[in-house]
Amino acid sequence: MDAAQILLVVMWVGVTLYALLAGADFGGGIWDLVAGRSRAGMPQRRLIEHSIGPVWEANHVWLIFVIVVLWTGYPPVFAAVMSTLYIPLTLAALGIIARGAAFVFRKASTELWQQRLFGAAFATSSVLTPFFLGTVAGGIASGRVPPGLATGDLVTSWLNPTSLLGGVLAVGVCAYLAAVYLCDDAGRAGLPGLAEGFRRRALFAGLGVGAVVLGGIAVVRWDAPRLFDGLAHRALPLVVAAAVLGLLSLALLWRRSYLSVRITAALAVTAVLWGWPLAQYPVMLPPGLTVEVAAADPAVLGATLVVLAVGALLVVPSMTWLLLLQRRTPYDPGAHG
Amino acid sequence: MGIGGGVGACVATVLVLPAGPASAADLVAARLQMALSLGWHIVLACLGVGMPALLLYAEWRAIRTGDGDSMRLARRWAKAIGVLFAVGAVSGTILSFEMGLLWPGLMGTYGEVIGLPFALEGIAFFVEAIFIGVYLYSWDRLPPRIHLLSGVPVLIAGVASAFFVVTANAWMNQPVGFVVENGRVRDVAPWRAMFNPATPPQTLHMIVAAFMVAGFATAGVYAVAMLRGRRDRYHRLGFMIPFTMAAVFAPIQILLGDYAAKFLAEYQPAKLAAAEGLFLTRAGAPLSLGGFVVDGELRYAIEIPNGLSLLVGYSPHTVVQGLDQVPVADRPPVTPVHLAFDTMVGIGFFLLLLSAWYVLAWGRRRELPRSRWFLRLAAVSGVAAVVAVEAGWVVTEVGRQPWVVYGRLRTFDAVNPVPGLWIGFAVVSLVYAVLTVATVYVLRRMARAPQELTHAPQEPE
Repeated sequence: MDAAQILLVVMWVGVTLYALLAGADFGGGIWDLVAGRSRAGMPQRRLIEHSIGPVWEANHVWLIFVIVVLWTGYPPVFAAVMSTLYIPLTLAALGIIARGAAFVFRKASTELWQQRLFGAAFATSSVLTPFFLGTVAGGIASGRVPPGLATGDLVTSWLNPTSLLGGVLAVGVCAYLAAVYLCDDAGRAGLPGLAEGFRRRALFAGLGVGAVVLGGIAVVRWDAPRLFDGLAHRALPLVVAAAVLGLLSLALLWRRSYLSVRITAALAVTAVLWGWPLAQYPVMLPPGLTVEVAAADPAVLGATLVVLAVGALLVVPSMTWLLLLQRRTPYDPGAHG
Repeated sequence: MGIGGGVGACVATVLVLPAGPASAADLVAARLQMALSLGWHIVLACLGVGMPALLLYAEWRAIRTGDGDSMRLARRWAKAIGVLFAVGAVSGTILSFEMGLLWPGLMGTYGEVIGLPFALEGIAFFVEAIFIGVYLYSWDRLPPRIHLLSGVPVLIAGVASAFFVVTANAWMNQPVGFVVENGRVRDVAPWRAMFNPATPPQTLHMIVAAFMVAGFATAGVYAVAMLRGRRDRYHRLGFMIPFTMAAVFAPIQILLGDYAAKFLAEYQPAKLAAAEGLFLTRAGAPLSLGGFVVDGELRYAIEIPNGLSLLVGYSPHTVVQGLDQVPVADRPPVTPVHLAFDTMVGIGFFLLLLSAWYVLAWGRRRELPRSRWFLRLAAVSGVAAVVAVEAGWVVTEVGRQPWVVYGRLRTFDAVNPVPGLWIGFAVVSLVYAVLTVATVYVLRRMARAPQELTHAPQEPE
């Protein structure tokens, strides 16, 4: 593997961690949205806040990581994606602002009407942001983002069948991951009633995502034949793995093995995420812009890899500590902060 | 990259052509949107860099002496930082989006040259976000000393982030460490690009500015409370810790500003000429205060004879380059740059004098200046410091025009050619207006909340 390929793998690890960690934080917001009226939904909202609170900012940094690696390692791809997909990415950016700010404002406010207002902004943007990011993925995967500055269609590059599939799938996956994680969190917080509720939601979301994926096969086959071809051949093992892990997760949820399903659900999502680049490798922007052509100067790739390796030595242990502290933080049902 | 590299470079030529014809309105909209998001984020970033120092000092003091007031201040500041950091994290993310959304012509060609400092900044931001999570959520769960130590990486990473990001901006002023061939850069020396000639003056000037903003702004909150009669020890301490920090940095900043201006005289004379409103290259160049440009000359300015020559070269005979050395098409707009520069310098000296007043009173009597005017001025010092930072960025950014990468890439060649950027600007402005109102509202509520509530948040009913 040369430096351009290694950096691509590193970037995709970033995408995966963003999906698994920040995705679940968005999913928490989605469940917050449907948690019901203020009083009835309070326990769920508290648990969601407890699970997201200490970690969402650190989880969010993976997105910045991915963006920076993309523009550093593959600048023409970054320029093409950002310029053509200007609309959904601007909307995703605004969603990111609204989600983060509203979440922390809700925590800092004490009056019900404020908590409702900020809560609504938090929850709505938690649905919209992954949706728009999903449409971006769909636009790229279906080959609607040609190389060059804004050479793709400003609207159909993200309003098309594959993009809509990507958007719905992203929202579904976020909701599913969050529900799975929250089962475990509720169990450890000593709230079996809440755990049952999130188990129901996780099963529902899991079946929903499964149905979307099955329907999506037809959509991709018709709308993005090249991607379909890659998924049906080179990436087939990952597609099969995703299906098996998905079914296994449903079984584990049924049996209330919350800790195990945390792992299998994350692995299932990982398999889906890695299927996409494997299906289209070495092409970054279909039809013809390959990793090799898009890659930055070797000196840049080398320096970036060294810096990221050193950074990992700093970040991985501290991140582990944070996640452990968060898991060990006793759940305080009365605490609002 | 191997053999494919040559082929790749040829193919790439076609990929990153200049963006070309964006409408004038869209270019203005893109610039305003970037200015709004950057100008907004800079305030949060300054507080994020400087406030952890105040917080850690207060907590350290509380642990060492058992002082309850210090601990209450630390808790209060920690809550504020929690809000500010979250808002700063998202407003910073938007900037990384906008680099591509608005300026793909810059990033598509030069993204790799300035990528390294951003990768480093990403790591620093990670460290900051992780430890701020640890610090804020483990206050009563970690032993006091460990808790204090868990805040130290937040401070270091905040300063480091500021350094890394400003090196990238410095590179836009002094682009080195690459060769352009067929529209694609090659032979990139990323470390050389990062440590370009503009890096030392710009990073030092900005980091010190951040500490001044955080110090004066925090002190300003307590100055207001003291003017309203709350002069107890808690409020005095809440004023003095941040004001002392800012007062220490104020004179250093004047020296660094002088250093940055001398740097411009040597490396980016067009920017200095615009900042000083100097059109004619000459010895004995005057220092012009205020005024504006009419028909290619600065009018209505107060002139200090030989002032600029003396500042640049310590001699009235020093020749200072004027805008006449720059082709008309390559000149930055003079009036805004000049007035912004004067605003920044004026506020810098105002803050220096205010700091001197404070230090003298303390040196003489071990207490704050007695005059209410001191508190009144201190109350606005935070806003003044913010205005100075914004004015400084106007000098840096507008003073570099028409270039986005000095001498290499013009701003209108970098902008996204999609139509309707002004719609995006309108929507983004609206969101920022709401965000500003909400942030100020939440922070004011937090500042006004009775102190005992800092510990035990109320049950929402």
